[in-house]
Amino acid sequence: MINFLLKRLLSIIPVLLGISLLLFFMLRMLPGDPAQVLAGQMASPEDIEMIRTQLGLDQPVYIQYAAFLKRLVHLDLGRSARTQNPVTQEIWARLPNTILLALCAITLACAFGIPAGIIAAVRPYSWVDYLVTLASLIGISMPVFWLGIMMMILFSMTLNWLPAGGIGTWKHLIMPSFTLAAFVVAFIARMTRSSMLEVLSQDYVTTARSKGLQENLIIVKHALKNALIPIITVVGLQFGMLLGGAVLTETVFAWPGIGRLIVDSILARDYAMIQGTILIFGLLYTLINLLVDLIYAFVDPRIRYE
Amino acid sequence: MNDTAINTKDNNTDTTQDLVTSGSRSWAKLKRNKAALVGGLFLLIYIGCAFGAPLLFKGNPSAPDLFNSLRPPCAEHWLGTDELGRSILGRILYGARISLMIAVGVVGVGLLIGVPVGLISGYYGGKTDFVIQRFTDMFLAFPGFLLALALVAILGVGLKNTVISIGISMIPLYVRLVRGCVLTVREEVYVEAARASGTKDHYIIIRHILPNVLAPITVHTSLSMGTAILFAAGLGFLGIGVQPPTPEWGSMLGSARAYMMGTPHVATFPGVAIFFAVLSFNLLGDGLRDAFDPRSKI
Repeated sequence: MINFLLKRLLSIIPVLLGISLLLFFMLRMLPGDPAQVLAGQMASPEDIEMIRTQLGLDQPVYIQYAAFLKRLVHLDLGRSARTQNPVTQEIWARLPNTILLALCAITLACAFGIPAGIIAAVRPYSWVDYLVTLASLIGISMPVFWLGIMMMILFSMTLNWLPAGGIGTWKHLIMPSFTLAAFVVAFIARMTRSSMLEVLSQDYVTTARSKGLQENLIIVKHALKNALIPIITVVGLQFGMLLGGAVLTETVFAWPGIGRLIVDSILARDYAMIQGTILIFGLLYTLINLLVDLIYAFVDPRIRYE
Repeated sequence: MNDTAINTKDNNTDTTQDLVTSGSRSWAKLKRNKAALVGGLFLLIYIGCAFGAPLLFKGNPSAPDLFNSLRPPCAEHWLGTDELGRSILGRILYGARISLMIAVGVVGVGLLIGVPVGLISGYYGGKTDFVIQRFTDMFLAFPGFLLALALVAILGVGLKNTVISIGISMIPLYVRLVRGCVLTVREEVYVEAARASGTKDHYIIIRHILPNVLAPITVHTSLSMGTAILFAAGLGFLGIGVQPPTPEWGSMLGSARAYMMGTPHVATFPGVAIFFAVLSFNLLGDGLRDAFDPRSKI
């Protein structure tokens, strides 16, 4: 297990290098002087010159990349052209908000999606199944930010039950989490349904039934346990998708997270900040994938990573 | 020598005939699939709106009329007017053109680059495959929407850059899909036979491999068009996609946010339009998947 863990940890290094390469070339693809771009419109010539020497823009590309990597390892992502604060500090302040929102959303999505998928699989081609299928199709086809707006019109403006945006109490968390969860619940329900359908047709399920075991017991202990692997994969993948959805949801509900930070930075052409936020999203996504792989080994003892 | 030539020829006709029969079987299955039919119907209405926009709506959808701003739905303006007094119906009809253009452009980029690269990666394997796949990994290290967002940050806003950014974010998925399919087809006996008879690689790829991976590509393309519309609407909503006054559904929602308090219709209808357009592609995509799947009974 420890061996596998080490191997898996080492395997994310090339991915991280890939992300850093992408980020490195991102700024070089922009028209104009990267130092000017990083410093922002209002920077003085001295500032630009300082950034130029700091970045070593007069050096060959591979030396520049090495220096860029060194700064990354030291978590030095430069300063925001908009607020003049260090990028890491700004990201650090907002990261917990985004993680909180994403965790609430994925929990909600699992709490609705997995049972819905199981019910649909237990009674395939019944009205419940069609209802779940229809609901997932609607969920997949709906723009998440529009759902957010509609919820806002209904629950905060018409009924006055919930705050329209911002952060503070648990009430502020309800609408953004549901909006974000709607984005992924459909995928989880679909995968649970098809995975359960496959497992339920296996011989050992028939055996369990012929032994006279209770149907509930068969579904939870025999079937669900074996159907979990694809479900976990999809939950992991969707957690990554949530990060994309978070950009939109955070904008709708004025939620102070990384998603809004990235949009504000793009609108303000604050490139150091764009680079930093994209790096964080890439890192989070990679870590989630790693976590999913580790969970496999716990859920399915048949998986031996040698 | 002559024998081989004749054999290869026979082989080709067989493959073509097989494809024709499996194609008509799939078509028959698709026609019986109610969900796919509904999707097809929605799609026809959507394409009809896109092409028929000038006939269905007289006037300029982007011309402001400040005396009529924020009117609720009425006989003159069926879906009401927006903050600049422009007919929302007109903007939605013309918006269908924009979103269809984006969807076609995006899958165009994905298909034109992703499919050949996937074919090469899967067919040749070895070092070529390794390099292409590591490159794909790099792009897949970001969720799709974020990748599009990052590319927009580099390229800038506007219709063309929206198409390019979302298109590029779709390429890695096409590469993976096509490569995966090629890996199984590559081992088939007819490919081996073609190779043994000295057929050139590019001929094998186009004549024997491509037809056998068309089904998954078609399904993926239908679903991708839905995703492309959603992504473009998302970028438009954030203000970094297609820019006003171009009637784009997402940017319509973005500007409607400020006025939704008193006039919720401004924010409602563009979302409904996005929903039905995406739904049509998803229904059709699911239907095609069932139709192409030899195991499905429908």
